[in-house]
Formats: sequence, structure tokens, C-alpha cells
Amino acid sequence: MLRYICNRLLQLIPILFAISLIVFIIIQLPPGDFLTTYVEQLRLTGTEVADSTIANLKAQYGLDQPLYAQYLLWMKNMILHGDLGTSIQWNMPVSEVIGDRLMLTIIISLISLIVVWAIAIPIGIYSATHQYSFGDYFFSFIGFIGLAVPGFLIALILVYIVFTQTGVSITGLFSPEYQGAPWSWDKVWNMLPRLAIPVVIIGMSGTAGLIRITRGMLLDELSKQYVITARAKGVAEQKLLFKYPVRMAINPLISTIGWTLPALISGEAIVSIVLNLPTTGPVLLKALMVQDMYLAGSFLLILSVLTVCGTLISDILLAALDPRIRFGGVNR
Amino acid sequence: MSSVMSRMRRGIRHGLIRRKSHEPRMDTKEVYEAASQWRLIWWKFKKHKLAMIAVPVLLLLYLMAALCDFISPTLPVTRFADYKNAPPQKIRFIDESGFHLQPFVYDMKQQTDKETFRRSFTTDTTKKYPIQLFVKGEPYKLLGLFQTDVHLFGNEQAQAPIFLMGTDSLGRDLFTRILYGARISLSFGLVGILLTLVLGLLMGGISGYLGGFVDSSIQRLIDLLVCIPTIPLWMALAAALPRSWTPLQLYFGMIVIFSVIDWTGLARVVRGKVLALREEDFTMAARLSGASDMRIITKHLLPSFSSYIIVSTSLAIPSTILGETALSFLGLGLQPPAVSWGVLLQDAQNLQTLAYQPWLLWPAAFLVVTVLMFNFLGDGLRDAADPYK
Repeated sequence: MLRYICNRLLQLIPILFAISLIVFIIIQLPPGDFLTTYVEQLRLTGTEVADSTIANLKAQYGLDQPLYAQYLLWMKNMILHGDLGTSIQWNMPVSEVIGDRLMLTIIISLISLIVVWAIAIPIGIYSATHQYSFGDYFFSFIGFIGLAVPGFLIALILVYIVFTQTGVSITGLFSPEYQGAPWSWDKVWNMLPRLAIPVVIIGMSGTAGLIRITRGMLLDELSKQYVITARAKGVAEQKLLFKYPVRMAINPLISTIGWTLPALISGEAIVSIVLNLPTTGPVLLKALMVQDMYLAGSFLLILSVLTVCGTLISDILLAALDPRIRFGGVNR
Repeated sequence: MSSVMSRMRRGIRHGLIRRKSHEPRMDTKEVYEAASQWRLIWWKFKKHKLAMIAVPVLLLLYLMAALCDFISPTLPVTRFADYKNAPPQKIRFIDESGFHLQPFVYDMKQQTDKETFRRSFTTDTTKKYPIQLFVKGEPYKLLGLFQTDVHLFGNEQAQAPIFLMGTDSLGRDLFTRILYGARISLSFGLVGILLTLVLGLLMGGISGYLGGFVDSSIQRLIDLLVCIPTIPLWMALAAALPRSWTPLQLYFGMIVIFSVIDWTGLARVVRGKVLALREEDFTMAARLSGASDMRIITKHLLPSFSSYIIVSTSLAIPSTILGETALSFLGLGLQPPAVSWGVLLQDAQNLQTLAYQPWLLWPAAFLVVTVLMFNFLGDGLRDAADPYK
């Protein structure tokens, strides 16, 4: 097991390296470097910038060096000092802008993942055991809608319906009195009911996909010989179902974290823009709009790294659950 | 297995008897066994009811998009200064003098609430505009070829207010704009998939056929692309497109962005199939008789899994359309004056606007129907893809 984990950790290194490279390229993509934009902004607000200041700033960010040196400097600052660069829009270190928002993104994504499972597994089992029944068709239809309607549209329509029916605006995560308050239990308590709506919306498409997978897997399992044998021996239907086929069918849930998680984080970004949640989405959008590339790049980097870590955890969990994978990894 | 076969045959027999009742009856089993793969796929596809609904609906949508300038009563840029933020009009058949066969709409009058200063519209029953077919209106080029000014419906008065789905804040007819938006949004799905298809086939094919180092490096590349959350990545790349580009340049720029990220799914399918097929006896036979790699791939491998490619393609089109809409909705994709469904939905972002002008959500309805129909189609194709099962 330990060897398997080490193996996977080693495989992580090239992927993380490649991600950082992609993000660095994206940071460099917009025309002009961030200093030009920064100086431009200062000029617009009326501050004259001396040439010597520009030269100093250039040296500070290594902008007078070739690209590969800039990349190395960026990596060095990030790994050694946790310094992700400076946000020109907020005029403070990127890590300070990101902090709280990132935590909320993680919390919302994880809760969504749990909600997706909690909804999709029972429905998947029901659909498979009652194939072609009314319920099966009903959930398939709902699933199709969930796949077809993008999260931001559901959010938009939901906000509209709630507003016209009750006059309450459900955007944001906190009531006004808690908006700027420091974290406390009251604040968390205030947040929880407001979390429900984004979590359900974000989980919608993932749930739809997972229902189909669970249903398909379980149907495959149910038609296998061992089920027939067990049934012939007179094993009670409930026990028969939950003891083996369901356990087998649930296996891919963990292995699909690898693509469920990026999808959730992806969906979270856009839904939180519509619902105006204080998470990473709105800041990422604003940063991209004003080409505050260090901030935007850092978000992309951290979200990707999070996803990679999620996938790693899911692989390890899967190996712990399924000996075939564990030993397969060692033998190879 | 055998029960499935017999069920299939029974279904086909019914289909056959209905379809070819004028032909002399032949042994249906023989027909089934002699039928080509594509014929079998068609027979099986026909049994998927939702997919059979999806085909005509999609054809209709694409037809509407192609003929948008003819169907729409006006042009997407025409402003009706007196009818800003006007609600959709009811098409009526009954007026004070009774029922008329020709539908008509009443005029609208703008009023300002004295307390809130909100402007709203009331129906003005004194003036009515009959809806006429094939009226002369704004000139346009049909399909970009024929200069004409005939519109499917409208009123002969140029400034007649006929707004099936209301107007936006500049007084432009939303129905017209949705139709023109369909042209961009729907074509984006098709054109976008072409490049994705080329990339996916090429990378997947190479990966599966050559194997070894090339295979594993392409696989690692796919792993890498899969683990970056798509929407933030799209957003970052779309934001990097120069703002000075023309709408057409932006359109193709976005297509490149989508294809560069989206090819991975297709490449996986193709690789899996190629890996399985290159071990088959017929591939070996072709190789032994001296066929070149290229010939084996194009003549023997590709045809045997083309149905799977069609399935993945039909499932990838809606996700491309959705992606374009999402980005344009956020303001990172296509920009006005280009009209796509996402650009139209930009107006509906604000809760206040939505509360008073809910008709701005109409583009969303078109989007949902389109994506739903593509999903049904893909589902039907997936069931039919392997008719020998």
C-alpha cells in the first residue's frame, strides 16, 4: 500500500510541473506584461510614474529577464515563500485576496460532492432495480434536464422565481449583518441555509451523470451469474442486493471523483458568479476582465492543484477498497 | 443474447411489414442477416422514441437559424425607440367585433408611474396591426445570396410593433435577435465539433495505433487537460483573446479554444477502439497482405468504429454550445454587436432586470430545448451504435 502511494505521489510531480507551465503561459498570454497595465492604471488615476520607479519594479518582478528566468523566479517565490505575485487590481499579495474565498470554494465543492452521492446512489439503485418503471423514466427525464440545463441558467431562473414569489433576493452567502463580520459560529449558522441553493444547483449535472453510471453498473452486476446463484439459493432480495451488487456498483463512484471534482469546481465558478457568492468565481472573472493575470493565474493554478489532489485521494481510497488495483500497481 | 436477438428481429419484422408492405414478403430473418450495418443502426435508432422526436426538432431549429432573416419580422439592429423594454405581445383573433381569421396585435402605450418612475406598457386597443404573411420589410440577403425584402410575417407599416418575445432595453425585437443568435450559437456547435473531431481522431488514432512512447505521452497530456477545471480554463483563455478582434475572428478564436481542450474525450474513445481492433484477425490479415499503416487505419479501422465517433460527436455538440453560451454570458466570449444566445442572456444577468423583464430569459428556453434534443439524439445513437449486440 505504501509503495502504491509513493508511486502515485511520484507520478504527481510531472503533472504539477506541467500545470504550472500552462498557468504561466496563460499569465503571459495577454498582450503587454502586467507592469505596463499597472503603470497605465497609475497614470489614469493621475499619479505620474518616474522611469526609475518603473525600472525598479521591473527588476523586482524580474521582468527585464528572459521568460524562462521569469518562470523560475515565479516558481521560486511560490514554493519558497508562498508568494503568488501581486494583484494589481487589489494592490495586495494574491495569497491575501484568495484566502477565505478559496476555503469557501473548497467547502461548497466538497458539500456538493457529498450531496451528489447522497442523491445519486439511492436513485441509481432504485432505477436499476425498477428498470423501465415509471420512477425510472421519471428520474431519467429529470437527469436529462439536469444534464441539459447549465448550472448558471438554473441559478438565474431560481433566483428569479424566489424573488418574484417572496421578494427575497437569495444571492450572496450571508445576511447583510454578517457580511464583513469575522468568522464565528453565528456566521457559519447564518451561512448554512444559504449554502443549500448553490450546492443543489452545482450538484445537479453531476447527480444526473452519476445516476446513469450507478444504474448502468448495477444493471450489469444484477445480470451476472452469482446473483442468479444467490437468488436460486433463496437469499433474501434485500440482502442479495446490498451485500454484493451494490457494493460493486458503487466502486466507480470513487474512481470517478477524478472527473466529478473538476466538473464541480468548474460549475461552482460560474454558479457563484450568478449568485454572487464570495468564492473564487467572481474574483476570477473580475481579474480576467481587467487582466489582473497573476491573480487569475493563481486561481487557475490552485484550483487545478486541488483537483489533482482530489484525484490522488480518490485513487488511494480506491486502492484501499479494491485489492486488484493495489497489487496491480505493485506488480507493474 | 439470443433473447435480445429474437426481440430485435421481432421489432424489425414489425417495422418491415409496415414499411415495405407493397413489396413481396420475403423471409425476414434473411433480410435481417443480409442488412448492412447502417441499415441495422437505422432500424434500432427508429425504436428510440425520444431520439425520433429530437431529429425533426433539431432540423427545424437549424432551418430556422439558416433562414433567420426571412422568418424574423425585422433586423436584429433595428431599434423601435418608442418600445424599449416592451413585453411580448399577445397574438389575438378576437376583437370587439368578434372573431377574425387573420391574427392581429394591439398597439402598446408606454406609461410612467408617478411615484416610482417605473415605465410600463399597457395595451392600446384603439390601434391594431394585423399580422400579414410575406410582407415587404427591411431588405436583406437570403442565405447571403439573394437580395430580397420579403419577410415571413409582419405588418406592412415599417414601425408596426410586432414583438412575439418582447424587446430589449434598446427597443430591439427579441424574437428577431434570438433567431439571428441561433445562427451563431447553433453553427458554433457544428463548426466547433469539426476541429475537435480532427484533433480527437488524429491524437486518438496515433496514440492507439503506434502505442509505446507516443501513446503514453499523449495519454499523459490527456490526463493533464482533464484535471484542470474546464470553465476557469476556458475563461482564462477566452480572456486572452485580443479585444480588438472582429466578431468573426473571436468566433474562430473561441472555436480553437474549445477544440484544444475538448478533444480529449473523443481521443480516449478512438484510442480504446483502435487498441482493441488492431489485435483483430482482419487487421493482421490486411497487414500480412502488405497494406500500409495509413490504408489499414482509413480502410479497415475507421469504418469499424465510425458509429462510435458519431455518438461521441453528437454528445459533444451540446457541450460546445453550452460552453459558448456560458462564456458569452459572462462577457468573456463573443461581444456585441455579434448576437448569440449567450450574448443575449448577458442582458438577463441582473436580478432587477429579470424581475421586471422576465421575457429576456427566452434565449435560455431555446438553448435548453436545443441541448436537450442533442442529448436525446446522442442517447438514441448510443443505443443504436452497436446493432449486433
